[in-house]
Amino acid sequence: MKDGLGSVQSALILGGGSDIGLATARALVADRTRAVVLAGRKPERLAAAADGLRALGASRVELLEFDAGEFERHEQVVDDAFALTGDLDLAVLSFGVLGDQRVAERDAAAAMEILRTNHLGAVSVLIALAERMRSQGHGTIAVLSSVAGERGRKSNFVYGSSKAGLDVFCQGLGDRLHGTGVQVLVVRPGFVRTKMTRGLRPPPLSTTPDAVAEALVQGVRTGADMVWVPRPLRWVMSGLRHLPRPVFRRLEI
Amino acid sequence: MDGEARPVAGWGRTSPTFARIRTVRDADDVAEALAWAGPRGALPRGLGRSYGDVAQNAGGLVLDTTGLAGIQELDLERGTVRVGAGTSLDRLLRELVPLGWLVPVLPGTRNVTVGGAIANDVHGKNHHRDGGFCDHVVDLTLVTTDGERRTVTPAGDPELFAATAGGLGLTGVVTAATLHLLPIRTGFVRVDTDRANDLDDLMARMEEGDHRYRYSVAWIDCLARGRHLGRGVLTRADHAVTHELDRRHAGGDPLAFAPRTVGAVPPTPRLVGRTTVAAFNEAWFRRAPREARDRIRPLASFFFPLDGVAGWNRLYGRRGLVQYQFAVPFGRERTIASAIDRLSSRGCPSFLAVLKRFGPGRGLLSFPIPGWTLALDMPAAYPGLRRVLDELDLLVAQAGGRVYLAKDSRLRPELLRDMYPELDRWREVRGRVDPARVLRSDLERRLALGTDERREASV
Repeated sequence: MKDGLGSVQSALILGGGSDIGLATARALVADRTRAVVLAGRKPERLAAAADGLRALGASRVELLEFDAGEFERHEQVVDDAFALTGDLDLAVLSFGVLGDQRVAERDAAAAMEILRTNHLGAVSVLIALAERMRSQGHGTIAVLSSVAGERGRKSNFVYGSSKAGLDVFCQGLGDRLHGTGVQVLVVRPGFVRTKMTRGLRPPPLSTTPDAVAEALVQGVRTGADMVWVPRPLRWVMSGLRHLPRPVFRRLEI
Repeated sequence: MDGEARPVAGWGRTSPTFARIRTVRDADDVAEALAWAGPRGALPRGLGRSYGDVAQNAGGLVLDTTGLAGIQELDLERGTVRVGAGTSLDRLLRELVPLGWLVPVLPGTRNVTVGGAIANDVHGKNHHRDGGFCDHVVDLTLVTTDGERRTVTPAGDPELFAATAGGLGLTGVVTAATLHLLPIRTGFVRVDTDRANDLDDLMARMEEGDHRYRYSVAWIDCLARGRHLGRGVLTRADHAVTHELDRRHAGGDPLAFAPRTVGAVPPTPRLVGRTTVAAFNEAWFRRAPREARDRIRPLASFFFPLDGVAGWNRLYGRRGLVQYQFAVPFGRERTIASAIDRLSSRGCPSFLAVLKRFGPGRGLLSFPIPGWTLALDMPAAYPGLRRVLDELDLLVAQAGGRVYLAKDSRLRPELLRDMYPELDRWREVRGRVDPARVLRSDLERRLALGTDERREASV
């Protein structure tokens, strides 16, 4: 159960091998979480991460195989996670691919791959999660969106559109679940320095997985609908969104 | 079959969850509801004054027991009353006080049901002398999850009685109970007030003089530091007899009981913060007389000062409030000072801090132990509150003490067994009367109350 000060006792991390997913798991265990399920494409690669969480004080860490593209297995993965933890207080969706924009904008298959993971895979597993949490009568689903979904940019609109679709889905889902005891938290980080973005030049206001994790845990604690990381990005993006198109088009962002 | 589904929260309003609500009207109704509870189980709930999640059952069924209300039999010869478990103490007092009888244990609010008072074995300002609520229960009717109606008495089935007294509603649904009453001559108390300059002074006065009074409670200024740490106001009282009433009080009916609510708090942003806590504590201390004797006060204003303001929990804003009450054995008084000091030095002072002395508890999970108890309430939004309270849990556990589960919303499950050494006996009895674990609560899930965590983890 989520306790009176907003800490959760059990969590499922979908994309448990991602830098943000792992940082979140660590932040949760450092707080109150004792049961963690890490789910990823190659669970055997998560063994070291699991040991790390145990060393931090987790009494139970379980590994599950989860592939965002294998929609037909999603319900089973969610059922397995609930079976392992009993009540599941928090599910984090921290999987995603950045893809190569230059390739994806000209190669439909590459673009589909990005959408399939970031948008369709997420929607598929979200529906299974929402159903289970609704019948449980409580729970939080935290979803890693991105500021890239705020406005289409020529430099990353394939990735951006996948996150935009996910973001809108989650906003609606959050409102649909309002009053059921289930909270949907949309996390919108800017540029995060992770394996996914390795090799790219960090822009101003770039952030770290630990900062994202901390903001996420705080958002769960306060029952927020949306958090931006870092926070000023909210105002930056609000400004950018209202720029006239001809001006926006010329920006090298 | 399904009741209306809605969010259910404790009085602290910190972690609401969603459940189906069904109002039960009699024992048959309860038995039927339990038989069809569904996979997330069922839980009785009264007026929802417990601060934490003890009366919540996420995703399951919550039985609203206020439909079980009513006085069934009043025996003025024996001084007992038989009531439906959903009857509120408010209702009881309005009926009984004019007849010259009082419910012998009164918690800080009269807006609780008899069933809730039994399930949490609530205490009052007279615990040091009269024990808790369940010490005055003659018998109770318990509907267990097999549908059976059992009459449970302390002598007839001591194990089941001890597991149900303070059993958090998890052994069965109490549908009715017979209570011993206390005869009174007037609806007033005679109050002595003393101001103490520090904690040692306060505790010494309580140790030395509490036995002379039926009621004793101390308020502590949580912001006083250094040599004034624990300064406070001690309030002790006995029931007033007729000739003690002055003309002002005796003018009307000496047994009148007509408490009024003076106002209500609308939904508001948080008003309780460090500044208001500081101002309130200072004013409260200064307002109290250094020493006053034999002041006559009406029962309701003495026992239930907070009931005068409806919805006062809203003052704590959207994130709600955490009430932290712990007890430590006699000889471990240092824990009280450490707790107050830590909270105020870490920027988490309590709005109200109440100190009392306890006698032994009645049930296996009853909160009272012979010793001292301190109750604190703080906004859940205080940054750093979690860490300080986690530290206090450890101090309390090491001192052989415990926190009050009826108010808890954030204890670590690991400490439960240390705090409640009778836990395994309670689990045994619960296993006997509810083997399928139909009765569930959010608190029970959060603290793994019903299962041995270590055993489960090793599977």
